[in-house]
Amino acid sequence: MAFGKYIGWKGVTYRGGGPMLTFLLHRITALGIILFVGLHVLSSFAMQQLVGDTVGTALNIIYESWWFQIFVVFCVIFHTLNGLRITILDIFPRMLKFQREAIWLEWAIFIPLYALTVFVLFRTGLVGG
Amino acid sequence: MTRPRIVPQRGFNLDYLMWLFTRISGLAIILLSLVSIIAALYMGARTQMDLPTFLRWAFFPNPNHVVNSNIPDVTVGWANAFWQIMSMLIVFFAFTHAANGLRMIMEDYLGHSFWQPIMRGVLLLLWLFMIIVAVYVILSS
Repeated sequence: MAFGKYIGWKGVTYRGGGPMLTFLLHRITALGIILFVGLHVLSSFAMQQLVGDTVGTALNIIYESWWFQIFVVFCVIFHTLNGLRITILDIFPRMLKFQREAIWLEWAIFIPLYALTVFVLFRTGLVGG
Repeated sequence: MTRPRIVPQRGFNLDYLMWLFTRISGLAIILLSLVSIIAALYMGARTQMDLPTFLRWAFFPNPNHVVNSNIPDVTVGWANAFWQIMSMLIVFFAFTHAANGLRMIMEDYLGHSFWQPIMRGVLLLLWLFMIIVAVYVILSS
């Protein structure tokens, strides 16, 4: 464990609130984006340089599916908005006392944007095309 | 075995530089995407592209990303040195941002241990490998 401390279940039930949740989601979405972009670059390389059905085609089928794109879109939109909030608060440190309000604003932008995207992806996924 | 957390030092060092770079590269990726979006709309994306193609172009302006659209001739406007340089800039900013983020997450869990320089070396090699592969894809597409 980190620094020799065993945190266990307390780490899950730690009541850090909104800032803690955005911190966790920022890390998880970062790993999601790295996974997606890394696989995408490798599969593009395989599609371009190798002939026939390769690992590139298999990876393409995974990340072109609508259920995987729902995950990727969550990662990209959340990471962008949260990163923008962190950057803006770092440029104007006096605004840091309104951090919780900034997080509420971030969710107010994120939820409609993501809901609309998921709606479009679901409709395309169910109808097909 | 409880050790105090080692806080980054103040001043002009790697942690400060990467802190600054993370913010600047984040903004740069957003701005480069906006440039791609505006240029795509200017080049007729509104009537010749669907939304997924449009977004693919926004994050990585590569001619392979728009071949499945209704654009009559991709080589005109969409495949030239300007967009190759734009793609390389996005690749550089994105992978450096990502490698530094991975380094920060990794060091949160490892601390200053025996593994830290080894993991930094592995990340550096991974960063270099991914940039070389991506630039190869850009130049040969």
